[in-house]
Amino acid sequence: MLTKRIIPCLDIKNGRTVKGVNFVDLRDAGDPVELAKIYSDEGADELVFLDISATEERRRTLVDLVRKVASTINIPFTVGGGISAVEDVEVLLQNGADKVSINSSAVKNPQLINDLANKFGSQCVVVAIDAKQIDGEWMVHLVGGKVPTEIRLFDWAVEVEQRGAGEILFTSMNNDGTKSGFANEALARLSELVNIPIIASGGAGNIQHFVDTFVDGKSDAALAASVFHFKEIEIKTLKQELKNNNIEVRL
Amino acid sequence: MNIVIINYGAGNIQSIMFAIERLGYKAVLSNNPDEIKSADKVIFPGVGEASYAMNRLKESGLDTLIPTLTQPVLGICLGMQLMCNSSEEGNTKGLRIFDVDVVKFSSKVKVPQMGWNTIYNLKSDLFKGIAEKEYMYLVHSFYATICKETIATTEYEVEYSSALENGNFYGTQFHPEKSGDVGEKILGNFLEL
Repeated sequence: MLTKRIIPCLDIKNGRTVKGVNFVDLRDAGDPVELAKIYSDEGADELVFLDISATEERRRTLVDLVRKVASTINIPFTVGGGISAVEDVEVLLQNGADKVSINSSAVKNPQLINDLANKFGSQCVVVAIDAKQIDGEWMVHLVGGKVPTEIRLFDWAVEVEQRGAGEILFTSMNNDGTKSGFANEALARLSELVNIPIIASGGAGNIQHFVDTFVDGKSDAALAASVFHFKEIEIKTLKQELKNNNIEVRL
Repeated sequence: MNIVIINYGAGNIQSIMFAIERLGYKAVLSNNPDEIKSADKVIFPGVGEASYAMNRLKESGLDTLIPTLTQPVLGICLGMQLMCNSSEEGNTKGLRIFDVDVVKFSSKVKVPQMGWNTIYNLKSDLFKGIAEKEYMYLVHSFYATICKETIATTEYEVEYSSALENGNFYGTQFHPEKSGDVGEKILGNFLEL
């Protein structure tokens, strides 16, 4: 049976991980490659690297990082952040990334999804959607959730699937950072609306939250950052607990 | 050992190169017929769309070369699918190395299948030392049905061939280069055939 996936997310700035990471046995807590190796050894099913640097040099730094990660770990990984053109994706895939995640650039230029799917295949196109529930309506937001749009989450999800996205990474801005659980109602609706995998993001605080998003939220995968970085949840323990709850995972 | 990865512009080849390096070998990328013919091991990768990939093979004459190879050849993912009789993806003919057709998953399940699933009923030296029901990483919308050349089975909506073998030709639907240490061991088994 296909398993549910656990995906740690690493924020990268100028080739270094940003959030303080609480790994005592780590020589260099800011080294994404070393961290990636640890997560991979602990049983992470995939990794996501989100590049949040803003300088022009970032592409080169990111490409170097992608090469180092790809040469070190033997599980799939996704790279996102600042990708706005087919050429950006080409260089990342050539250097060993398995998938790319696009967000604001897809909203500004939806044709990009078609272009990437046609050129590289849907399997490597993850469309990340940040949305916030306003007056009962889930609305798409840009720039890490700061800028609202007039686009409704569920309309946009259908459109990105039709344009060739292979997966949707949905972050609820209402839940992100709250550690109060994932937005399972919206996630379940997404999962029934489209026929591509949905990754839940935003709100992970404890192990039960992961159980809930796989059962109630019908999510195919769950992404989290700080609960893993600060060792509040160990991936091995999490997966064992999911298994105890009859959720299929890779142990 | 002389390992050649067939280069026909098919997606992410770098992760296979790195996996081979981690196993202590080195591979070269080539579309040169003589180089491919003289290799000890040939890897036939593939990511993308079947009919497009098949056309690329035809343009370079690789479609007639690959079935004549006599050393161990491993097709991965779309590579394996292209070695079958035909694919519903773009309704293309295949290289007819494996006597089986490639068809699409129905919409009763999420397509593509993306993630980790088990392989079982393992039947080949490719799986020497590999336990039944290990998890492999898979990303695909089309699958090869069960046939007499099936050497590994996976279930997603239906039971299908997650690996095939015919003589010196092997194919895996899963990505051994992305399937953790177990996947790497399978790739190592192939290189040691």
